[in-house]
Amino acid sequence: MPIIMILYYLITAYLVVLLVWNFIREKKKIEELAQYLLVLIPLVLRILRIK
Amino acid sequence: MKRPGLVKAVLIFLFLAFLIQGGLRLYRHRHFDVSVVAGPGVTRVSRLSDFGPGLKGTMADTLVYFMEGGEPGGKAILMSNTHANEPEGLLTTLLMLENAVVEKGSLIIIPQFNHSASRNTRPGDGYPLYFEIPTDWGRKTFRLGNRDASPLDQWPDPDAYIHYPDRQLLSYIDVRNTNRTWPGRPNGPLMEKVTFAAMEIMRREKVDVAIDIHGAETMFPVTNCIVAPDKSIRIATLASLTVKAREGFDNHVEPSPTGFRGLSHREIGDYSDTLPFLLEAPIPFLDQPTGPKTEKLLLDGKDPFLLSLAQKKKLFVPYDASGWPIEKRVGQHCSIILEILRQYSKKNPDRSILARDIPRYAEVIQNGVGHYFHDPAGAEKDCLYPN
Repeated sequence: MPIIMILYYLITAYLVVLLVWNFIREKKKIEELAQYLLVLIPLVLRILRIK
Repeated sequence: MKRPGLVKAVLIFLFLAFLIQGGLRLYRHRHFDVSVVAGPGVTRVSRLSDFGPGLKGTMADTLVYFMEGGEPGGKAILMSNTHANEPEGLLTTLLMLENAVVEKGSLIIIPQFNHSASRNTRPGDGYPLYFEIPTDWGRKTFRLGNRDASPLDQWPDPDAYIHYPDRQLLSYIDVRNTNRTWPGRPNGPLMEKVTFAAMEIMRREKVDVAIDIHGAETMFPVTNCIVAPDKSIRIATLASLTVKAREGFDNHVEPSPTGFRGLSHREIGDYSDTLPFLLEAPIPFLDQPTGPKTEKLLLDGKDPFLLSLAQKKKLFVPYDASGWPIEKRVGQHCSIILEILRQYSKKNPDRSILARDIPRYAEVIQNGVGHYFHDPAGAEKDCLYPN
């Protein structure tokens, strides 16, 4: 795997951590909780090397 | 928000349900193998990575079938699934692999040229993941791929693709399009390694003719045609005129543009002694103003919106209620390939290529494409190649 691809996977993992952290901290808005999870789907699929 | 813990638990459950349900289907598609039954004409099977560095162990590596005749002669290479959402090419080469016998010269066949793209899909456009062809022994299932290689195998895309070696600026997505990355280089992006390895086959094996098999939209002017550069255009024209006269179907000739880089019909001719040809058959499934992108549309090419556009003379091919079925597209490709080989052999008798048991246009329409595929369950194990 080229180094640039590894870096992009690391960026993706970082975004996943940020979204999960925001999901955990969110206590008021259900729409935002749903949006965090929606945005997570393609990122998780990429990290798992599915899509 | 009341009871945030419960709300989060429900949302996480929904998230996992969508992720697992969707993800599993995509995972299975990427790892689904089509069983190819190598016919009596296949003499050896190699891999693209044997000809180019950096492909071994990647999804871009693919099988290369050699069909060598008893008599020495010329060599032709056939490539399909350069764009893996144009299945008429794949069906044409698999039909040849399972049935053809080469008597003079050699055929080299790469059915899944962009192997990574064949394991990619386009869910955003509602592409089906698979399609089935009815055969004499049941239904044979194929993966439907995408135009470009999967980002799982080559990522990220650049802002613009700078073609090597001409430095022409192309669309960013063409860095994963194996009909823009010719002639390739051994240390470039993965898809340039694929085209470089194919160029190496042509140079090392002294290949005379290269045929890249595609499908194109009915609303695109470069459809239902043979694209050829100056060095191949005489043979392409003779092939086009002959099939029109003898078999009654149109397939015009388009000149390969000199200023548009990276295409097989341009770079193969410019960077080797091989004569390149690119075949296009009309595939209504790829047109934008159609109904849903279903398996049925992919195979029968019937669409009411295209029919309406045809009546307004907006298409570049004749189109009626019979659509543009897969038998017609595969049959055209078979006849054009046979005619290109015949015309080349007539002009170069010492390098002629002679193959038998390849059906022509009328036979494929009459018998159906599936008639030519053999049952993997009844085949010898050493003839089976999952691909």
